Amino acid sequence: MYKQELDQRAQTELLRIAEAWYDQMHGGEVPSIALPTRTKQNIEFDDESEVWKYGEKESLRSAHTAKSALHLLKMAYVIGFLKQQLTENRSSTLRELYYISEGWKRAKFGAQDESNFLIEDLEILTTLQREAFHLRPEEDGASIFGPLRIRESTRRGIREIHCRDDVGEAGYGIPNNVEGLDFIDHDAKMVIAIETGGMYARLQENGFDEEHDAILVHLKGQPARSTRRVLHMLSDRFNLPITVFTDGDPWSYRIFASVAYGSIKSAHMSELLATPRAQFIGVQPSDIADYELPSDKLSDKDIQALKAELTDPRFDTEYWRFQIRRQLELGLKSEQQAFAARGLDFVTKEYLPARLTEMGVL
Amino acid sequence: MPFVFGKLLYGSRFHQIRQSRGQQGIGISAAVLYAQLTTGLPAVITTRTGALEPAHRFSLRIRVETNEPEILEHVEVDWDRTHGTRVEIEFRASLAAKKRLVEYLRSTGVVNPHARIRAEIDGDAFLSDRVVDEPLVPPKAIKPHPLGIELGQLARMVAGSKGTLAPFLVDQFVRVGAKTAEEICTAADLTPSSRVENLSGEDVSRLLAALQSVRVPPPPTTQCLSPIGEELLVRGLSAEYRMDFVAARTRPSAVYGGHPFMVEAALGYGGKLPAEGNAQLMRFANRVPLIYQQGACTTTHCVAEVNWRSYGLSQAGLPQGPLLILVHIASTNVPFTSESKDAIATIPEIEREVMLALQDLGRDLRTFLSRRDRTRLAEERARAVCAILPELAAKVAEVTGRPLPDISPIEGQIMRKVVAKKRTRDGRVEIEVQNHTSRELALQVFEQSEDQAEDAVPAPDFATALDDLVTRVWQVTLAPGGAWRAAYTGRGSGTIDLRGVDEHQKVVVDLDV
Repeated sequence: MYKQELDQRAQTELLRIAEAWYDQMHGGEVPSIALPTRTKQNIEFDDESEVWKYGEKESLRSAHTAKSALHLLKMAYVIGFLKQQLTENRSSTLRELYYISEGWKRAKFGAQDESNFLIEDLEILTTLQREAFHLRPEEDGASIFGPLRIRESTRRGIREIHCRDDVGEAGYGIPNNVEGLDFIDHDAKMVIAIETGGMYARLQENGFDEEHDAILVHLKGQPARSTRRVLHMLSDRFNLPITVFTDGDPWSYRIFASVAYGSIKSAHMSELLATPRAQFIGVQPSDIADYELPSDKLSDKDIQALKAELTDPRFDTEYWRFQIRRQLELGLKSEQQAFAARGLDFVTKEYLPARLTEMGVL
Repeated sequence: MPFVFGKLLYGSRFHQIRQSRGQQGIGISAAVLYAQLTTGLPAVITTRTGALEPAHRFSLRIRVETNEPEILEHVEVDWDRTHGTRVEIEFRASLAAKKRLVEYLRSTGVVNPHARIRAEIDGDAFLSDRVVDEPLVPPKAIKPHPLGIELGQLARMVAGSKGTLAPFLVDQFVRVGAKTAEEICTAADLTPSSRVENLSGEDVSRLLAALQSVRVPPPPTTQCLSPIGEELLVRGLSAEYRMDFVAARTRPSAVYGGHPFMVEAALGYGGKLPAEGNAQLMRFANRVPLIYQQGACTTTHCVAEVNWRSYGLSQAGLPQGPLLILVHIASTNVPFTSESKDAIATIPEIEREVMLALQDLGRDLRTFLSRRDRTRLAEERARAVCAILPELAAKVAEVTGRPLPDISPIEGQIMRKVVAKKRTRDGRVEIEVQNHTSRELALQVFEQSEDQAEDAVPAPDFATALDDLVTRVWQVTLAPGGAWRAAYTGRGSGTIDLRGVDEHQKVVVDLDV
């Protein structure tokens, strides 16, 4: 029943867009649609939810120009397709949607980025998640390893899984749609989200999760929405401290920012996806110097990215300004696995306990 | 009259200082001679000076030994023309240069818009029709200018005169007053009161040097030159070539070395001109087309010298693209590079005027091109929107489950134009024209299709079939905001167009494509 209501709501919200255009055209008006401007200049901090959301700036897409008219046409086609999908209770991946558009002649998408972007537009306009349209990303969510028991309703029935005792070394794989996921209980004191698979395996091998009662989450680079949603839910549901352990370069800081503050691309869902209380472990630029980590020189692109972050409102804190400036001074970056230079146990025996204590997590 | 045709070097222009086609009295008499040499037949000339005068017909030859005309027959005849001259010559020649010949005739037509030129060459008819009805005003001769005179001419003038030197100078030269005459005499070391008939050859040489050393105002230019004029150049060119843009410039008259001259130029762009390759260059001297030795001509150098890139054209020496450049130099003494009169010599004063005229025209062309690009861009935009909106309307109607909304008001809002649409639905072809401009328009809806459309409502005002293709025309008057519709049974395989509406004012959309 709940699902049907959700489907009904998705359909109504989608049709509302098309109906607005119909009314505009019927009334002799050029059809148009207003959307928030999706750039870093237009994200604002929401004090209440403590996440970054889109600001007041809107851009109007009106069929006065061919480009915008085509955008509206594509959106109309997508709405038509989603309506049909909801009615028939089917689902598809974002990639499938892109291929389905092949048959839409003029309204066909040039690249998948374009269709993904358009779906995000629809999320903003309907205030629903794409899952509500029965759309899912094709990429895997990341994996979880640690003292956590969850319940997942799969296509083959409901499964209860303990994320350490019931899974292999790869951990529990986070499904694409995590709305059907229940967190039952846990024995953890914290969650560590880790950028690279190497470090994830290192912590497992060294038994860090058992020693310190930690839930390990492998982010697999820039985390998928479902991964961020899981972190948000873990923080929300169990009030566990969420920490993020990445490489020490500008791109990794963005991984942390998208976990903690929300990404620019999906700022309309920040409330659901971001975990404002997430803390950054490292590798901090100061760690590179303090631990004399093996390092590489910053490339021109790295420097550009760091400078861009200095103007990014999400990094506009004393901590980040200090760290980014420090890194620009050093001109160096280090990977998280660089700790291996001081022995395989160094990261679990020395660095993390010290750093987590400093952060007040241990 | 017989001397004109039957005596070589019988120049009407000799030492007449005015612009004219011929110069030395060779052209027509040489043609008569050529005919006589190749066929042995005499030239037949019929001429009449007015309706009240009888027409005369001469049959004549040139007596080669004495260079005198030999009249074989002279009769008064009835002629259906009130005035004019007809020349009949028969000669043997090859038509190898036929293309050049036609080019010559066409070029002549362009700069002589008052003339109708008709020719039939090898069975191919050529016609360059008259675009103006007023004949040209013949230029008036002026007296020589001190700067432009040569020794022989001066000697002849001296030989033919009597009296004292000062009045001779004042009378015989333009722009020479008593004071200037005195200056000239002083410079020539002659007394103003010396008798002209007593001047020695050496005196004449000194006099020439003196004439050319004294500062004299430039000669009057207007009455002795016969420019074509900007308007007639444009009309002449437009009559011969289909172009999107034509402009012409007549520069103010100027002087080089005592000879008045005037530069005229015209630019044509687009239309049926060849889109690739060098611009087409048309050169004229005193309304005579210059066909050969283009590379040696100062006008060619000038054209290559102008930076056409800054006017929006590509350039490789000569400018490239669908461009036609016309340069006309009118002068009492056109400075040719050689006796064959194929190319104009490089004279700084002339060069300067040609450059200025071309640059001026280049700026006009640039304005035209940028405006055209803007209009084209706006039109493309509107056309693109116009093609997408019906689809959007259809899709939105489908998704919302409502009837198809009428989007023509939106189109009008976007276009502010006349919109013609053709759409085929269920075996019915519908044509719709909407006037979104602010003016009332009278236009023709022009359709070509394989459909017979006998049930067309309203019936076309005109219909004609060629093979399977039927052309239909409807005459339509549309008030601002008005709409017109026609429909018939058919497959809608054809094309529609609007006539009588400015190209940038109309948008024709085929919704079947």
